Amino acid sequence: MKKLLNDPQDAVTESLDGFELAHADLVEVHRAPLYVSRAGGAVPGKVGLVSGGGAGHEPLHAGFVGAGMLDAAVPGAVFTSPTPDQIVPAILGADSGAGVLAIVKNYTGDVLNFETALELVEAEGTQAASILVNDDVAVEDSLYTAGRRGVAGTVAVEKIAGAAADRGDDLGKVTEIAGRVVANVRSMGVALSACTVPHVGKPSFDLGDDEIEIGIGIHGEPGRHRIPLASADEITGMLVDAVAEDLRLEGGERVLLFVNGMGGTPQSELYVVYRQARRLLEARGVAVTRSLVGNYVTSLEMQGASVTVLRLDDELTALWDAPVHTAALRW
Amino acid sequence: MTLDVAWAVRWMRDTATMIVSARDELTELDRQIGDGDHGENLNRGFQAVVAKLDGLEAEPAQIGDVLKLVATTLMSSVGGASGPLYGTAFLRAAKVTGLAELDSSAVVALLEGALEGITARGKAAPGEKTMVDAWQPAVDAAVAAADSGAAPVGVLEAALAAAEAGALATVPLVATKGRASYLGERSIGHQDPGATSTVVILRAAVAAATAPGE
Repeated sequence: MKKLLNDPQDAVTESLDGFELAHADLVEVHRAPLYVSRAGGAVPGKVGLVSGGGAGHEPLHAGFVGAGMLDAAVPGAVFTSPTPDQIVPAILGADSGAGVLAIVKNYTGDVLNFETALELVEAEGTQAASILVNDDVAVEDSLYTAGRRGVAGTVAVEKIAGAAADRGDDLGKVTEIAGRVVANVRSMGVALSACTVPHVGKPSFDLGDDEIEIGIGIHGEPGRHRIPLASADEITGMLVDAVAEDLRLEGGERVLLFVNGMGGTPQSELYVVYRQARRLLEARGVAVTRSLVGNYVTSLEMQGASVTVLRLDDELTALWDAPVHTAALRW
Repeated sequence: MTLDVAWAVRWMRDTATMIVSARDELTELDRQIGDGDHGENLNRGFQAVVAKLDGLEAEPAQIGDVLKLVATTLMSSVGGASGPLYGTAFLRAAKVTGLAELDSSAVVALLEGALEGITARGKAAPGEKTMVDAWQPAVDAAVAAADSGAAPVGVLEAALAAAEAGALATVPLVATKGRASYLGERSIGHQDPGATSTVVILRAAVAAATAPGE
């Protein structure tokens, strides 16, 4: 394994040091405990938006801190959720009095730590709500699993809820909008290779040269099944079919199509996936009216991609289009 | 040997030492059905516990004080699911606070508190391939041992033996809670990392009670 590291234990903090230096106009990095907030602090009158999760998914979440999106992001160790003592000050700092919405990816660790933190801030009188993102169709949502994981669809939740907060919606309304995105967004991913957590030093799972893993999450965990390598169009077909069927997409509907890279797949291949995904959606009579292609929710250097589809209406479209100014997303 | 404050401190220091030895095993188990960080996360947590204990100006007055210190330290340093789970376990176990020395029924109360904390936070039941599959038999065995008149150390030993068997019994289970549940049937054939680290913690409790320590 070759990585650009000093002491692997310092990987997360050294990366955030650089992030803060590069984006001092947008963010401030707090170190004891560790969290990232918007430069200038909470925006008066605006509902605060806080998210967080293990490091290793950059630019998620810190890359989405800024105008029109998050007020704070709380990074844990690589692929490990942050702890309540980090989440609490991030939430309190994001509260201008209008309350705070925590956007939580549905992983047991994230849920438990955010749940604990929310109990603590509520005990201090902060009005806080949370929304669980669970867009990964690879996992059956049943009594027999921890429920669907939150993956690339998180970007859409953070962007759209951020725009709702920016236009002045109250906490109840922002939470409702975020819930509408969660209800209408689905993702499915594929890995061509595993990834290596810096302080672990070996790949998170073993995958043969000619194998791919369908239905992976974003923490380097294995997926649902393993198949021989196939063509880009065939793989894209599996992802799009799973997402479209789960969303029960019908002809005439409008969607955002988001092809997300897992960190080690070039942009050019992501567009190969996008091309076929778009064709397949259009063949179903679905209109792709908004698009996003790039590495936004990664698993370190994992090769692979995910396809995310968000069913749009006029309001969600307008909120997606609203101005955003963060390190990783801006228009 | 009496189970007093000095024992509780030794228990935590022994746990830290044993986690160092078990780190690679825990990480490997977690790599198979989770995300490969359990050993690293617990090691970070218990090293932080040792640092807190080293930094104390005086020995904690009560067993509950030691357990509370462990609880808050694990909650703020481990992360993942195991941080809140073990943190809440030690917080509830701390309800034995006020006792200078544990008798057999207090050992049972401590273990029951830990299990209650874990199930309150994680909402797992036995058979779901989680640390509950080690804690539940440990508590059951502790109750039985105390009822049959075992000494406090004997109660701990019974709990450890049952936890070891419980952890081994997770191998053929399908995970239905936590990250391993994403694997469905593919989680069969692997021992649960959380149940395994539970055994390490209980082994340290017995070691601290049977060996003189420093």
